[in-house]
Amino acid sequence: MSTMFQDVIDADERIEPRDEMPEAYRKTLIRQIAQHAHSEIIGMQPEGSWITRAPSLKRKAILLAKVQDEAGHGLYLYSAAETLGVDRAELLDALHEGRQRYSSIFNYPTPTWADMGAIGWLVDGAAIVNQVPLCRCSYGPYARAMVRICKEESFHQRQGYELLHTLSHGTPAQKAMAQDAVDRWYWPSLMMFGPPDGESTHSAQSMAWKIKRHSNDELRQRFIDMLVPQAEILGLTLPDPGLRWNEERGHYDHGEIDWSEFKRVLAGDGPLNAQRMAHRRKAHEDGAWVREAAAAYAERERS
Amino acid sequence: MTLWEVFVRPRRGLSHVHAGSLHAEDAQLALRHARDLYTRRQEGVSIWVVPAGEITASSPDEKDAFFDPAGDKPYRHPTFYELPEGVRHL
Repeated sequence: MSTMFQDVIDADERIEPRDEMPEAYRKTLIRQIAQHAHSEIIGMQPEGSWITRAPSLKRKAILLAKVQDEAGHGLYLYSAAETLGVDRAELLDALHEGRQRYSSIFNYPTPTWADMGAIGWLVDGAAIVNQVPLCRCSYGPYARAMVRICKEESFHQRQGYELLHTLSHGTPAQKAMAQDAVDRWYWPSLMMFGPPDGESTHSAQSMAWKIKRHSNDELRQRFIDMLVPQAEILGLTLPDPGLRWNEERGHYDHGEIDWSEFKRVLAGDGPLNAQRMAHRRKAHEDGAWVREAAAAYAERERS
Repeated sequence: MTLWEVFVRPRRGLSHVHAGSLHAEDAQLALRHARDLYTRRQEGVSIWVVPAGEITASSPDEKDAFFDPAGDKPYRHPTFYELPEGVRHL
């Protein structure tokens, strides 16, 4: 391996698809980008089920646009992964056969309309905090995809916040529905940043390669510090009695995260793991005729 | 399925810029997918799609040698030249 790779990393420049790179760097990126792409695709499900039940035409149009964005984000990311020499079909197979993961957060259910708000505010909010530093990731195509994604996520987060604000200033029942959704999504959204720094398996090498720029705990703290004042304006509470401002640290202290729940859901034992995967496989199989028809049409036009 | 590279002209007066890639069976479908994927927020007024396999690219391995000839010709830039004091509009 020439020193070019390390020189580019040291100079804080970007690695581009045809550059020489260590095999482990390529593998790490494929794993991370694919997992990210899968998360976008699976992430369409919890909200997709509410499109037909949105309370107004405006909310329905917004939700449709958001779910369409998620499909788009998945495709930007598969496109970035393919520059590393894998085929999208291989990645989808790996997802369908359970060899690659998606974010555990999408294994939680969305029983009420307020969940659409909590997902936008908390889940997309956490995703943005995670993703903004990835816009400066050392791999060019991934960084560029993240720039597009971050711009679009900002609408996702705001529509969720506005939705919750509307509910929390509505009837007592609507406010209770909003509070219940926040109570259910708060802790899982904190887990989206991954295990505590001491237990994170991939972190050190990813930091050295400048794929990752901040530690899990650092980003989680940044997220909590943003949430507390936002929750106050919503008029809703965050379900953590341990939350309090720490003057000395200049940050909010928070209660213990239940990592056994995180590990359980990650291992496949979340509320909806099996259903999400079954739905994904079925959607892929149900779409086969569209792919076949497009291929047959193209074949006929060529001959 | 063919891999297509997508280029988008953001508005009149600007060049097409590479936006990303997508899969499609033929050029017409590639254009439609490109519209849905890369211009959902009016990011473009014109799209090119090119089969990725049709692109010939310079090799990153010969990066230095390939671009070296331009390296020692500072006289191609106007800042190379010293002007006598008082000269204007030059």
